[in-house]
Amino acid sequence: MANRFWNEYQKTIADDHYFYERSCIRQTFFPGSEAAFLRMLREELNKDIFDDFRQHTCTGIGYHTDVVPLETTMTVVARLFSLMTEHGYENYVPSCVTSFGVFTEMCHMWQEHPELLDKTRENLYKACKREFNLPKNIAHPSDVIYHFRNELAQKMPYRLVNRFTGKPLKVVEHIGCHYAKIFPDKGVGKAEFPYVLAGMIEAWGGDVVDYPERRHCCGFGFRQYLIQENRGYSVSNTKKKLESMEPYEPDFIVSNCPGCSMFLDRWQYTIAEMEHRTYDREGYGIPVLTYEEMAGLLLGYNPWELGLQIHQVQCERLLDKIGIPYDPKQKYRAADGKILRAPEKPENLLV
Amino acid sequence: MKKVAIIGAGPAGIEAASVLAKQGVQVTLFEKSESPLKNIQDKAFLFPNFQAAQEIADDLSGKLLTDGITSILGIDIVDVKWQGTEWKLFDAKGQTYVADAVLVATGYQVFDAHRKEELGYGIYKGVITSLDMENMIKHSKITNANGDVPKRITFLQCVGSRDEKSGNNYCSKLCCVTAVKQAIEVKKHIPSCDVSVFYMDLRMWGQGFEEMYRTAQEKYGVNFVRGRISEAAATFDGRVQLKSEDTLMGLPLKMTTDLLVLMVGMEASCGTKVLGKACDISGEYGFIKTVSPHLYDNDTGKPGLFAAGSCKRPMSVWDSVNDARGAALAILEYVESLKNEN
Repeated sequence: MANRFWNEYQKTIADDHYFYERSCIRQTFFPGSEAAFLRMLREELNKDIFDDFRQHTCTGIGYHTDVVPLETTMTVVARLFSLMTEHGYENYVPSCVTSFGVFTEMCHMWQEHPELLDKTRENLYKACKREFNLPKNIAHPSDVIYHFRNELAQKMPYRLVNRFTGKPLKVVEHIGCHYAKIFPDKGVGKAEFPYVLAGMIEAWGGDVVDYPERRHCCGFGFRQYLIQENRGYSVSNTKKKLESMEPYEPDFIVSNCPGCSMFLDRWQYTIAEMEHRTYDREGYGIPVLTYEEMAGLLLGYNPWELGLQIHQVQCERLLDKIGIPYDPKQKYRAADGKILRAPEKPENLLV
Repeated sequence: MKKVAIIGAGPAGIEAASVLAKQGVQVTLFEKSESPLKNIQDKAFLFPNFQAAQEIADDLSGKLLTDGITSILGIDIVDVKWQGTEWKLFDAKGQTYVADAVLVATGYQVFDAHRKEELGYGIYKGVITSLDMENMIKHSKITNANGDVPKRITFLQCVGSRDEKSGNNYCSKLCCVTAVKQAIEVKKHIPSCDVSVFYMDLRMWGQGFEEMYRTAQEKYGVNFVRGRISEAAATFDGRVQLKSEDTLMGLPLKMTTDLLVLMVGMEASCGTKVLGKACDISGEYGFIKTVSPHLYDNDTGKPGLFAAGSCKRPMSVWDSVNDARGAALAILEYVESLKNEN
């Protein structure tokens, strides 16, 4: 790892009093991640974080696929900021990397073109009689976890170490493109050697895998997936990354972006079905975690409450390596206590 | 006898000292390093005639023996001030020296390739600089990261030059031809090696350069690819994976190489920057500013304070030597005028 580079590229991350903005898709893909983040902030770190039930989309996917015009995106972003302002917060923490990119980009445009900010204020007021302040600090939740990684490490009963061999787990980290590739100085470590996830992995005992396609897109790429005819591009990009990391035999992948975590995980099933191949030795695939799931597991949170059963590549083998206990019978237990029917098993990807 | 202080014992400083001493001027030559001509000593051969750098260094070193030159090595001059009747030089330890005129010839330093981290210098063993390659050629030992004979070597131009990200928008002028020279040297040492040079545009401005470029292609089979390398990463077997675009073909390109050689540009040396600031003669990018590049390119605008060589901008050895002779003439005119005043 190129530690000396990221050391020069730090960003300001607020210490407390956050306004949390949830993601449109993360609660479906990784249902326990956002709850785990709030729990960590409130219970482990004793921080103040506000979660407003009136929040809504940032328009990110629509904006990046040219469905939503810029003026609309600005007004929607302004409404979210108005919620933050109404509750007296100044530190904005958007759960999704796409949202983080959208908020950063809008603030940058408003700074460069103040007339657009004036127009947005006017549009928001006309639309819903609301006003807003710009946030003093915008940080992605992965920034916040990175910021407190050493404090969290002290509370973690588990480490990223293979309990059978005593060696650090080999972890592939993948940063969402919109975290640091749009505005490199807004990401810890910038775009070339991003350190936000690598810092967590190292602080919690693991080794970061530096593989050739480390900076390559996960495959989501918005239009690559959202336009059905382009989905071949999406799968082939993910395949390129998986092939590149395969020789290093990573124990798992961790990402800070909903799209990346989703596609690096789900396309492993697709590739297994299409080509009868997986990217680990035994045929189980490489587990993909969100950073909240990684942190939550090490803090001893229940893997099923973190939502690991929703993943395509199953995580039990990883839990065994770390030594995290789990109850297989509870894997498909719903919140009301009912045991749900287990999903069908894929033909080519072992579970 | 009039006294002239020269700061920097590179080609410009030594040549000017030699010319001035032969004209009866008492010259004190200050050099920060413990030995003169460090930048030339780092080279194996100089373009376009592939003359051994050591020969040129020896020739220049011989000029230091000219009567009237006193060389003071290991002294870092950090400030120069006009004291009403003479110039006073201050070294880093607080000692002072006096002179009637001063020539700044503090030269250049190469761009620190660590700053372009996307290219992996200092991170991946297979990524080296043109200076490292020069050293390999000098010792006739060109090896990859594992110590084996490389099968493919790739050169990348404009590392730290013509590059807004690194803050150096200017052309370093010498890297294009240096890459051609090094590519030929590699092929002479390892004929089977596949050698490519990635460039933005090749600036073969000097006499014999264009011919070298043709020879590299026709005789040695060096590939020239128009495109920037956007990213370098180590492969599992310790080679270097490159991503680029071939802008003539209009296609993205990915390849693996044993060695990636970064053609690092020239920057104002630390000494140049320090003196430029202290004497208020600092120009763009920290190089020394002169009155006019056309007619008064050795005059700093401060009577008695002159500049020569690559402390002003990227220059070849011969450019520096010729420039130093011009500076020596300007200094002679100046000290003559002082004699007349007296």
